[in-house]
Amino acid sequence: MHKIQSFPEYQVPGAQHQDFSPYESNGGSIVAIAGEDYVVIAADTRLSSGYTIHTRKQNKLFQLSEKTVLGSTGCWCDTLALTSLVNARMQMYEHLHLKTMSTEAVAQMLSILMYNRRFFPYYVSNVLAGLDSEGKGVVYSYDPIGHCERTTYRAGGSAGTLLQPVLDNQIGGKDKDVKNKPKVPLEKAKEVAKDAFISAAERDIYTGDSVILKVITKDGITEEEVQLRKD
Amino acid sequence: MFRNQYDSDVTVWSPQGRLHQVEYAMEAVKLGSATVGLKNADYAVLVALRRAASELSSSQRKVIPIDDHLGISIAGITADARVLSNYLRTECLNYKYAYGARYPVSRLISNLGNKMQVTTQRYDRRPYGVGLLVAGYDERGPHIFQVDPSANFFNCKAMSIGSRSQSARTYLERNISSKGRDFVCTKDELICHGIQAIRGSLPNDEDSESPLLNISIAIVGKDQPFKILNDVESKKYLDMAKKLPAPPAPDDDAPSTGGGDDDDKPGDAPPDPQVLVSTMER
Amino acid sequence: MYSHNNIFQTELWKGGPSPGQFYNFPGTNYNNSNTGGFTAPDIFGSKRSSSPITTGTSVIGVKFDGGVMIAADNLVSYGSLARYQDVQRVFKINEKTIIGAGGDFADFQSLKRSIDQKMVEDMCYQDDIDMKPKSLYNWLTRILYNRRSRINPLWLEMVVGGMQDGEPFLGHVDLRGRAYEDDVVATGFGKHFALPLVREQISNGEVLTLNQASQVLRKCMEVLYYRDCRAISKYSVAVSTAQGTIVQGPFEVNQNWALATMIKGY
Repeated sequence: MHKIQSFPEYQVPGAQHQDFSPYESNGGSIVAIAGEDYVVIAADTRLSSGYTIHTRKQNKLFQLSEKTVLGSTGCWCDTLALTSLVNARMQMYEHLHLKTMSTEAVAQMLSILMYNRRFFPYYVSNVLAGLDSEGKGVVYSYDPIGHCERTTYRAGGSAGTLLQPVLDNQIGGKDKDVKNKPKVPLEKAKEVAKDAFISAAERDIYTGDSVILKVITKDGITEEEVQLRKD
Repeated sequence: MFRNQYDSDVTVWSPQGRLHQVEYAMEAVKLGSATVGLKNADYAVLVALRRAASELSSSQRKVIPIDDHLGISIAGITADARVLSNYLRTECLNYKYAYGARYPVSRLISNLGNKMQVTTQRYDRRPYGVGLLVAGYDERGPHIFQVDPSANFFNCKAMSIGSRSQSARTYLERNISSKGRDFVCTKDELICHGIQAIRGSLPNDEDSESPLLNISIAIVGKDQPFKILNDVESKKYLDMAKKLPAPPAPDDDAPSTGGGDDDDKPGDAPPDPQVLVSTMER
Repeated sequence: MYSHNNIFQTELWKGGPSPGQFYNFPGTNYNNSNTGGFTAPDIFGSKRSSSPITTGTSVIGVKFDGGVMIAADNLVSYGSLARYQDVQRVFKINEKTIIGAGGDFADFQSLKRSIDQKMVEDMCYQDDIDMKPKSLYNWLTRILYNRRSRINPLWLEMVVGGMQDGEPFLGHVDLRGRAYEDDVVATGFGKHFALPLVREQISNGEVLTLNQASQVLRKCMEVLYYRDCRAISKYSVAVSTAQGTIVQGPFEVNQNWALATMIKGY
């Protein structure tokens, strides 16, 4: 295929050749913290590319069932494609097996769906939070090609690298004696998640505007929104 | 063994202009246990009698959820219903995937009709041996559709199909509001009407007052995704319905334009559908 | 034997939308075998648009009290040449839906033919069910994502608006299938010049009236005309309310070049 560069005499000043990239980073961060009988998941609401903010109120948390919420950031078009695929597959599962997919099952399916696009990946950072079949809070985190890890807390997205060490310290108790890991009460988890976002918004331009926080317990899912800096 | 010279193939016409094989398929619907569909301004309800195929088996599923806004109850060959419900589910899922919206019920049913019609026009196919009552809710409100093996479909205010369903239709005709388009009543009353209607369809040797009356109830409507009631909820409505007067026994002067349910061959009635409780324009 | 006879078409859903598969845009004939169809060239090599040719610039959409408004100027450029100066870039789709398009105009025209075909199909059902803005928005997202996944994008940035269940709807879809909804959206240069102007007006959470909305769009088109070299002074506006949809214009922006002599350094 000949490119315009091969014909310099046809090049016009002002007219620029643009190469198409199927990917774009649209920013956004996720924090999820699991406790004994709850799980908290939070994501900011800024959707941006580069210095442009497209919208300040984009919810990035997708409620998949009464017990499972998926947070997804990265290339927003891939997020949209992936989440609608997950939704469709979950409905198929429900019809086939006459029950709602458990969090563990969703976690495994998500890994497979992402790995199916191994050579043209969904460019997304996923964190799945939910209650497992025993009612315990659980967090699954993924890389773009479907590697899945079960944990109790995780930060992902554009400020993921900023926030993970904070969680390691505040939630994981990595600096403390291994034998006496503290149990994290729900209120602390919520406060840490909110503080994490307030801090992330200070340093990460792709995180800000506001943060939506969902708390999943056996009684259902509650949601709250905290404003972040908007610059 | 033929009952008729002209019924060896679906593609063979009788001199009277009838397709006997298609009409025989319609008879399959009458072999299934009865099911009732009815609606008011906001809800559509399905009630179905469940009967176990044998002492050793559990009862068949009579109500099949299709999507959040749509479900069907069946009478006839269950295996055929499974194929059709699969088709409906796929269509709804694809529609939701492409448009992020619920498949309009009337369009879904007319597409289903197109699919089913093919089998009545090919020598290498047989008509589906199952009748469907579709309960759905979309931007146009609640809907009850009846779909026949002949691939005919009807938009109904209320309808009943299956064995001994004539008495249920009689009940519905007598209790439907005279001036309104649908039942004018609350959600609970609507479900009770459905239960009352289906009671008349019980085989004679079964006690219609039995607390163990084995029925499935499903509801869909405004702010109400399609839901099959569980045993506790069903029991509640059964008890509620029991307090109402007993349904009228099917009597001889009941309006009947179609062949009797228990006829073993198509009567002299036109091949066009049997009695309809208040078909309506969409 | 009869399976080749299309009267008895057995495949009821061919090339239709299906979860987990890329939605084949009607009228295209892709090799659908897994990832093979993504980038495989045909006998003439790969034919893809790696850049737009005839282009429209910014489109701006705002919600107001009881409706939605989308504005775009009437120019379609050919590189830096202001080639077609009387072209509509905002459209009425049906009584509930409006759309505005920037980017490659040929791509949009071909897409528009498909949308119009859908409207005809809707009409043929005779059931008074029209496509709603959210459905069109969702469908466009699928189409554009599908094409970007084949590295053969429809080079478009579109604004979809209308009335959905009595509420105003406004969304944006781009060439990658990135989609979002907001009270105000813009494409291209409008993102930089128009968005701040409108956001300033609604920053305290107030809802614009129809009049305010049309005034702020007028201001946006004026600013864009001053600063965007691919804009002209003539623009049209599509409006959607509960009463229906209408395309108004073309309007002429207010021009005041009195300050122009003061600006140095360009």
